[in-house]
Amino acid sequence: MIPLSAYVAVSAILFTTGLLGVLIRRNFIIVLMSVEIMLNAATINLVAFSHYLESMQGQIVALFIIAIAAGEAAIGLAIIIVVFRGKISTNVDEMNLLKW
Amino acid sequence: MAFVFFAYFAVVSIVAGILTVALKNPVQCGLALLALLLHVSGLFVMLNAEFLWAVQVIVYAGAILVLYLFVLMLLNLKTDDRYFHARTPYLLAPAVIGLIYLLFLLVRSPFSGSRGDASTAAILLNGDAHAVGIKMFSEYLLQFEIIGVFLTGAIVGAIVLAKAPRSIETRRDA
Repeated sequence: MIPLSAYVAVSAILFTTGLLGVLIRRNFIIVLMSVEIMLNAATINLVAFSHYLESMQGQIVALFIIAIAAGEAAIGLAIIIVVFRGKISTNVDEMNLLKW
Repeated sequence: MAFVFFAYFAVVSIVAGILTVALKNPVQCGLALLALLLHVSGLFVMLNAEFLWAVQVIVYAGAILVLYLFVLMLLNLKTDDRYFHARTPYLLAPAVIGLIYLLFLLVRSPFSGSRGDASTAAILLNGDAHAVGIKMFSEYLLQFEIIGVFLTGAIVGAIVLAKAPRSIETRRDA
């Protein structure tokens, strides 16, 4: 029997990886991929607790997370295309139009 | 036996996650993300969530990742030499130290709580998809509808954003 802490530990490691990816990468598309890693880490956590506490709620919320990830990917990639059209770069450092 | 499978899925998903963040070529990052998603879906099978496994493979690996790869191919990015942020070392060290402390706390803490009614035997009686469906369409019906509206709005927003703006001349003619 695998302890619940093992799943939570995997989830924590994946979440930290995704957070680091958001902070250190300069390519906007990779930043969005790192956000997907973080969402997956949260999903592992929810499903693991759902299994060990014998409740269905975690799996339902995990399904909602996947749906929201789909919407987030669609909007994020559309924003990337718009930015790329005006300014030939997807570096997050160079997107400073809304910065004061 | 279960431990071997868990170790395989966990180690490969962590390595694929690190590769996603660390690789230089964005297409290779996307393929590493694909490996991560598939192995995370393997973890879902180990947790008796077969329906989520199917959704993860179809929606994440099948739809979202193809969207990412499509945009990568469409933009045809040239890889920058400096693909990490300039302050990477200052971010890396606190992250590793924080992660070690977090894991130390996680291993020590006892996880417990009140049990629900969906034990493994109860789920296996009719299958996981049945259990998810009953729960989703009885208690979470409103949230389900909200997600439907949200996805419609997201699709409309994505199309409006990505559509090429018409030039002023054609707008005057119309």
